[in-house]
Amino acid sequence: MVNKQPVGAHYGWKDWMIQRITAVIMLVFSVVIIGFFLIETSVSYQNWKQLFSFTAVRILSLLFFLSVFYHAWIGIRDVLMDYVKPLWMRLTLQVLVFLFLIVCSIWTISLLWGN
Amino acid sequence: MSSSASSTPTPAEAALAKKAARPKYYDLNLLNLPVPGLVSIFHRITGVAMFLFLIPLTLFALQTSLTNEAGFAEIQKYFAMPIVKLIAIGFIWAFMHHLFAGIRYLLLDLHIATALAPARLTAKLVFVAGIVATAIFALRVVV
Repeated sequence: MVNKQPVGAHYGWKDWMIQRITAVIMLVFSVVIIGFFLIETSVSYQNWKQLFSFTAVRILSLLFFLSVFYHAWIGIRDVLMDYVKPLWMRLTLQVLVFLFLIVCSIWTISLLWGN
Repeated sequence: MSSSASSTPTPAEAALAKKAARPKYYDLNLLNLPVPGLVSIFHRITGVAMFLFLIPLTLFALQTSLTNEAGFAEIQKYFAMPIVKLIAIGFIWAFMHHLFAGIRYLLLDLHIATALAPARLTAKLVFVAGIVATAIFALRVVV
């Protein structure tokens, strides 16, 4: 029987699947972003600003960043589970990682819609 | 089943206890890892590095460059500095290696190239693709 811990994984295929779904979302966006910078090597402020004024670009950018943050959460949690054994230390680090990624999510929404 | 031998360990149990007591020696020298192991450890290291540094740096750069023309010029000024170019190339490699290693894992999930020889070949391809993609992107965009 699995010894369930509050600082462990979620004991199912859900996180495993989300890690792969977010990976594919990021892969698609990465191809677009890399392609953009390979073609548009010198972007002006006006063009850059205009690009991020489109609601579609903002929403897709947010989708990309949320995929990054969720993917990072699962990945870093797995790393902490492998190397940090004391329960209190792992819990503290997991909470810090989680809060950092929540702050990053709010920051992303703020910078996409606040500018 | 084991009605009589409850107090003294059976030979099988004794052998297991002896095996468990044996010291373990891990070879932690990275150079002795097989190529798929190297891909794996660098997938992990690049992931942690991007979490710690690339996520906040990207958000900072995006925020500053979109705030106003002065902010955009500030980010351009940073990217003109050789040390920033070098760090950028480092993160581009981290990103590319993580991306290609990730594609390899997705293919392994689909039971593609799981035998030893193809798995080692794709692991080598991940390193080559990561370096080539970094070189192309760095030469065209960063340098």
